[in-house]
Amino acid sequence: MIWEVFRQERKGQAFVHGGSFHAPNRAFAEAYAREFYARRQESVALWVVPREEIMSIEEFPDEFDLKYRRVDGYSIKGRLKEARARVGLTERAHADAAASPAPERA
Amino acid sequence: MTSARPRADVALELADDELIVGWRNSEWTGIAPFLEEDVAFSSIAQNEIGHARALYDLAARDLGATDADALAFDRRPEEYRCAPLVQLRLVPDWARTIARHVLYETADAVRIAALKEHGDAELAGIAAKIEREEAYHRLHAEMWLARLREEERFTTAVEELWPHALGLLDPELRPALAERVGRPEVEAVERSEPGKEFAELWEEMTMVRRSAPVGAQW
Repeated sequence: MIWEVFRQERKGQAFVHGGSFHAPNRAFAEAYAREFYARRQESVALWVVPREEIMSIEEFPDEFDLKYRRVDGYSIKGRLKEARARVGLTERAHADAAASPAPERA
Repeated sequence: MTSARPRADVALELADDELIVGWRNSEWTGIAPFLEEDVAFSSIAQNEIGHARALYDLAARDLGATDADALAFDRRPEEYRCAPLVQLRLVPDWARTIARHVLYETADAVRIAALKEHGDAELAGIAAKIEREEAYHRLHAEMWLARLREEERFTTAVEELWPHALGLLDPELRPALAERVGRPEVEAVERSEPGKEFAELWEEMTMVRRSAPVGAQW
């Protein structure tokens, strides 16, 4: 039976996949998880999950290439900031910058 | 383990047990039944040797003119005080290895609990630190016990090693072990001068150190 381990390095952080191992039951899984992922205090918490309990989703059809539905199409935050810095922070400049973003820089 | 014994004596006996059981368990490194167990069992072996080191350090300070490495590796084979249980070479018999592991950890729990109440604060402190790691060793031993307790090879091994296990403890602690294990107190295999099997272990264990020139630094 294969177990997947997710580990948290610091309190409040997201759990990140750490690896996997074989163990015949929960008791062995606990002992091995402690041994492999927390022995040197490298984790503050672990999630240990039987692999078969994890729902895996891998296919995401996008037949019509609907790029406009993706939020990355509207990512102008960085360009706005750059434009503001260039022209100063007046209300007028602000509005101009928003209306016609500065060209991309390398 | 009465308070009347010098603490160096108490520490040395326990350190020898921990060093030798750690050494024996580490003989499985690379050849344990499966990879996960290989890592876990080797790690437990390392912990035991770590406990031995803390106890040798304490003994060395009391004895003077020695140190932990010298106590671990420079004594003659006949000077070691480890119990017969830890001296047995059990590779490649995993059932007997786990039987010893379960018995050793159970006996260790009894004596470490007693040592935590020792009149000497420093010794009691080391016992408390050891106890925190031993909790995981017991977790490991108990999961194997649950897995193998119905297996004949395992029960035969426990039966065979039980008198050795009693010999790990001072007589006044043996009833507590018998109760925990659920077996009658029988005649124990007592500590005595180590035999041939230990002499072979000693040869191997001290080989590198003996080959080093005097004054070599590690």
